[in-house]
Amino acid sequence: MRKLYSALKIICLVALGITLICLVAVIAYVLIKGTGKLSFDLLFGDYKSSPSILPAFVGMLELVAIASLIAVPIGVASAIFLVEYTNNKGKLVRIIQVATETLAGIPSIVYGLFGYLIFVVAFGWGYSIIGGGITLAIMILPTIVRSTQESLLSVQGGLREGSYALGASKVRTIFKIVLPSASGGIVTAIILAIGRVVSESAVLILTIGMVVNKVPQNLLSPGTSLALDIYYFASNGYRDEAAATSVVLLVFVIFLNLLASGIGKLIKKSTGEEK
Amino acid sequence: MKSSTFINLKEKGMRFVFLFCAIFSILALATITVFLFISGTPFIAKTGFFEFVFVMKWAPLADEIAYGIFPMIVTTLYVTALSVIIGVGIGLLTAIALYKFCPKKLVNPIRQMINLLAGIPSVIFGLFGMTVIVPFVRDYISPNGVGYGIFSASLVLGIMILPTIVSVSLDSLNSVPSSYYEGALALGATKEQATFKILVPSAKSGILAGVVLAIGRAIGETMAVIMVIGGSPEMPNSLFQSVRTLTANIAMGAMELRGDALSALIATGVVLFVFTLLLNISFSLLKREKNDKIKKKESKK
Amino acid sequence: MIDFTGKMNISVKDCNLYYGDFHALKNINIEIPEKQVTALIGPSGCGKSTFLKILNRMNDLVEDCKITGSFKIGNIDIFDKETDINALRKNVGMVFQKPNPFPMSIYDNIAFAPRTFGIKKRSELDEIVENSLRRASIWDEVKDRLKKSALGMSGGQQQRLCIARSLAANPKILLMDEPTSALDPISTGKIEELMEELKKDLTIVIVTHNMQQATRIADNTAFFLLGELIEYGATDDIFSSPGDERTERYITGRFG
Repeated sequence: MRKLYSALKIICLVALGITLICLVAVIAYVLIKGTGKLSFDLLFGDYKSSPSILPAFVGMLELVAIASLIAVPIGVASAIFLVEYTNNKGKLVRIIQVATETLAGIPSIVYGLFGYLIFVVAFGWGYSIIGGGITLAIMILPTIVRSTQESLLSVQGGLREGSYALGASKVRTIFKIVLPSASGGIVTAIILAIGRVVSESAVLILTIGMVVNKVPQNLLSPGTSLALDIYYFASNGYRDEAAATSVVLLVFVIFLNLLASGIGKLIKKSTGEEK
Repeated sequence: MKSSTFINLKEKGMRFVFLFCAIFSILALATITVFLFISGTPFIAKTGFFEFVFVMKWAPLADEIAYGIFPMIVTTLYVTALSVIIGVGIGLLTAIALYKFCPKKLVNPIRQMINLLAGIPSVIFGLFGMTVIVPFVRDYISPNGVGYGIFSASLVLGIMILPTIVSVSLDSLNSVPSSYYEGALALGATKEQATFKILVPSAKSGILAGVVLAIGRAIGETMAVIMVIGGSPEMPNSLFQSVRTLTANIAMGAMELRGDALSALIATGVVLFVFTLLLNISFSLLKREKNDKIKKKESKK
Repeated sequence: MIDFTGKMNISVKDCNLYYGDFHALKNINIEIPEKQVTALIGPSGCGKSTFLKILNRMNDLVEDCKITGSFKIGNIDIFDKETDINALRKNVGMVFQKPNPFPMSIYDNIAFAPRTFGIKKRSELDEIVENSLRRASIWDEVKDRLKKSALGMSGGQQQRLCIARSLAANPKILLMDEPTSALDPISTGKIEELMEELKKDLTIVIVTHNMQQATRIADNTAFFLLGELIEYGATDDIFSSPGDERTERYITGRFG
């Protein structure tokens, strides 16, 4: 018996090794294959004659802006309602909770299909950046709601009491005391949600149209994003460009992740939660 | 001093704004559901539910048009099952290794790295699969010289869901009271026995929830799959053959098709949506069971 | 607008309070005189803190809490529909058991209440901040670091900051819920001195576990047990010749 369990221990460590190797391999491959292929032309070049990811930059930034402008206020406000007004209890809260959980579980391609049906077809916008952005906003909403809820719940009750005891109204307590105290967690959640917008591609295939060789003129124009460019390049035989674009996207995503943890800590420090 | 009526009005107004935002999630879910079902179910009704779900052939552009998504359903189930077996197998063992058998100093850095990896866009996994795994499978593993297919897709997805499984499993292992483990040691069990006989079973429901989460991601993943699965709407007879999942069917078809074929894609989306709803329900049931257990434990105290 | 300029004695009649089915306060009748310190003592769970929180309606935040009876501060009915709860809380300040400074600068902590009530002018705020900190005798310790986070202060300083923060709202009554139970003896002494000073203009009601503290600072003492007000009177009388056997047992340390 003892031998069996010792063997299991070794198997576990081997599994740990495999996990690390697999994941490191993905990153290492992209970096090694792609870094050398980064060129000025690809990054900022004339996208009409040779592949360039300039339109994707523009598209991605616009998508991030639209999605967060919509999802952040709505998400934070609904978390405020759930935590500050209902004590996280009651029937309505249960229904909202179930709705957010269900939204969180819907595959991105289904979001894409929905975006296609409503914005491209029903609204008649055709493929457009704004349609994609709104669809992405709905997609990241559950994450923002849930993380904001957690951050609000972690604010000490004593602070709210202290504020009420000074004659501050509920709204003032929320905006001046509770939200600033929870801001570290909320900002982290927002940055991670932006990370999801940047990484997403399945939604966009069906909503913004994957037009890789045009900078979008306005929000109703079709467009592309970095993640979508990778798919486009890879499936049209530009594998080097795909790898190089992956490097750029990877740098973005890792940067956002580091920023998220860094900013969270910074805000905690500035509000004195951590000494 | 501001008048109190003004403050009361502001209070009521803001409460309404917060309430409206909170209801937005419900509205969004309802809109999505209604839109998909309205656009999708008439087609399913017209074709006939059984025809649609169980017919073996998908050929919207052929002379003899056929809209059967059975091959895609089978492929989806294959890919999901295989990738979850790969991902959960390796991921769970990795979590156990991190929890008990790994030098304490390394645990946090590794964990942070794995969390970082969870954020890698799926399209990059797809690219990796397309340029590394598919050729490798074609040259060294595949019996028929085809690299695309269920095998490669499951491998890519398995790697992709690893970080999720590792962190969920590690969390649930961490939430097992350490007294369980110590108690087992006190009764003379070895460190390894205590881990496998006491810890892992105690963390079971949490780990199971992680598995359901992974199933959801595997069923729903599109980009990483379409880049390695080939894309032919055929019945899978082998792990090494160009096929299509439900998600791939939607992504590949939606941009070119119009009319009935589009409705068929939307109907595919409906099927996928129902799949994930069922998964969600089982997930929340699992979570409830877990919470009930915790509550019971607490009330016993 | 309610008027808090009159006499600030507190008069409670037939007070009953229920948390759901639990009858937490039973038929409390008490008259608390103005500009004195009144201590509420009794074992944990006897309802003294709950009673204190009625006076600035903090129990409104608790679910399933039902209160009956008549509650008056001077001529003002605490639970009257016309009584603005925020104005009430401005005039009836509260200091909590655990110091709860806001995660912002010392200055902003003190300025929170005046800003709540619409004072925006810098010079006015500066004056209020300095005055309040002086009244809480902490000005000399913090005057050079008003812009620093309040969370960097020691526990005793934080509690005096919280007192100063309440004073900045210019309250007429100050409720203190075991304000020194988390503090060391030196900080406790400072806060007790402070209360002696403050009662010249303020009515103070303090909940305390510490009977020596009650004898040191309180003019009147009320003894609570299991939700009932057992005995109430001048502190000297209560401690030298208690009228009720249960009071005597408690103050001589035989239970609680």
